[in-house]
Amino acid sequence: MDEKKNILSIKDLSVHYFTVDMGECHAVNHVSFDLGEGETLGLVGETGAGKTTIALSILGLLQSPPGRILNGEIFYKGEDLLKKSEAKMREIRGEEIAMVFQDPMTALNPVDRVGDQIAEMIYLHQKVSRAEAMEKAAEMLELVGISRDRYREFPHQFSGGMKQRVIIAMALSCSPKILLADEPTTALDVTIQAQVLDMMNELKKNLGTSVILITHDLGVVAQMCNRVAIVYAGEIVEIGTVEDIFDHTGHPYTKGLFTSLPGYDDTSKRLKPIQGLMPDPANLPPHCKFAPRCEHCCEMCEQRTPEFTEVSPGHFVRCHLAEK
Amino acid sequence: MADILEVKHLKKYFDVSAGTLHAVDDLNFHIEEGTTLGVVGESGCGKSTLGRVLIHLLESTDGQILYKGEDITRVNSKRLTQLRHDMQIIFQDPFASLNPRMTIYQTIAEPMQIAGGYSKQQINENVYKMMDTVGLARRLANAYPHELDGGRRQRIGIARALVMDPKFVVCDEPVSALDVSIQAQIINLLLDIQEERKITYVFITHDLMVVKYISDKIMVMYLGQMVEFADNDELFAAPTHPYTQALLSAVPQPDIHKKTERIIMKGEIKSPIDPGPGCRFAARCPYAKDICRQESPALRETKPGHIVACHFAGEL
Repeated sequence: MDEKKNILSIKDLSVHYFTVDMGECHAVNHVSFDLGEGETLGLVGETGAGKTTIALSILGLLQSPPGRILNGEIFYKGEDLLKKSEAKMREIRGEEIAMVFQDPMTALNPVDRVGDQIAEMIYLHQKVSRAEAMEKAAEMLELVGISRDRYREFPHQFSGGMKQRVIIAMALSCSPKILLADEPTTALDVTIQAQVLDMMNELKKNLGTSVILITHDLGVVAQMCNRVAIVYAGEIVEIGTVEDIFDHTGHPYTKGLFTSLPGYDDTSKRLKPIQGLMPDPANLPPHCKFAPRCEHCCEMCEQRTPEFTEVSPGHFVRCHLAEK
Repeated sequence: MADILEVKHLKKYFDVSAGTLHAVDDLNFHIEEGTTLGVVGESGCGKSTLGRVLIHLLESTDGQILYKGEDITRVNSKRLTQLRHDMQIIFQDPFASLNPRMTIYQTIAEPMQIAGGYSKQQINENVYKMMDTVGLARRLANAYPHELDGGRRQRIGIARALVMDPKFVVCDEPVSALDVSIQAQIINLLLDIQEERKITYVFITHDLMVVKYISDKIMVMYLGQMVEFADNDELFAAPTHPYTQALLSAVPQPDIHKKTERIIMKGEIKSPIDPGPGCRFAARCPYAKDICRQESPALRETKPGHIVACHFAGEL
């Protein structure tokens, strides 16, 4: 792997939610990772793993209360985003770091024209006149494959795939350095998903944006990502290049994700699911978080917290089995 | 084995303000007892409507559904209650399909209470037996749905559907709302139950990997019509309709070495309201010719058991 400059660096981030009925939820626990320039990093995990919380923390959009960042640093261009004022963050959001939300049906304002919603973003961040912003918005629509004639239409006149394109257009309209895409195609049909992923790859190549792609779909990861971080119960249990993750899978949870997929192993007539359920974030196992569901769990796993072991350059696994 | 269900010229239209919506348009197929028919297609292709019409949750507009030789499209409500013993449905959303005010016990017991003829003791026995079968701990009997996670809720939906020992079950996207590790648990459960009880499934899904895993035969739908019907292995080995080809190629494979040539389709699914003549896929089809826009293609058997609706089937 060639040494590239890191554009974003997260160090030891911990986020807890303090709720009345569930107590203190350990949503993100000591997460560290880097995002290289021009790279696409996949954040993979199941519902409740803490993927979205990580993204919201980067943008300073974490709702507080109930959320609170307990410790950690998020370095962007050498500065800690967590120490910035709200006014400074508002400048960074959208212009430097933009986000695409999961659900295209609810992310757009239903009573505002689609083109104007994009133009608003440009107008707020760049020193342009309204007319220029509108022109740029129309160009952005064309960039994502929507005719500029539809500038004055409302979101309900668009299909799901087109709404998602509008949201991507909006996120990219200020040419951000980093794009956080939270399950951008989960709500879409496969043929439309193929179109959107293709378009994202194309735009990424042309604009040089670094992407953090949050997803649970390993198929999408295989197609889009350079590096992958597997998130389980608020921790990164494995991180490495796609080759590391797909060919030299280290963590039992990652293996479980693969064997749960229908069609992954054509020879077996039965799926091999991961037994049990995700642990309650308010009551996590004390050491290895995956131990209660792990088929390789031994005494050591219940007594000592596994280290994040580098099994090959750049490929880290949080498991006692990998330490040996 | 004998056919458990035969569908002839089945149609379901909805009258909407903009015209007539052709949700299910002239479907013909049959299902052998004890097998699984997978129905795949994208949102809006009519697959859920088909599932509902099959078990008479929606009245069909035209055509016949022969269940063990009996036409069930125009039965009275008394017979329908009897048919519910045999025909059930598992819904997609385990969050919306359960009554939030009913405990798990009440939810699973309700079908038997409605059907009548069960003693209290029988109901009690059946409910707990069913909870064991689907892997719900008995201590949860008095819990409410909101206390449980999605996987457990889907198990309730399955228990409720299967408690009267039906012979024919429509599974409408039963695993789509679940995480992969939970999804695999539920799929295994459905297969185990099928083997034990010889149930026939109609498995509706948009997930091609799931359908490949679970089905014996597969029907591909596009805008209310069947575009391809074949055995599972045959369909994946030799997809013949251009839509099926594009659909299969669009699935992202969890494999970084297999670089599949993806067919990116232009445009999106068109409206099912008053579709004109011609092939409904023509607008997105890379091979469309004049004839495709003028004449609806008839279903043709390209190989025994492999049916395709395309003017150029076998030539592409």
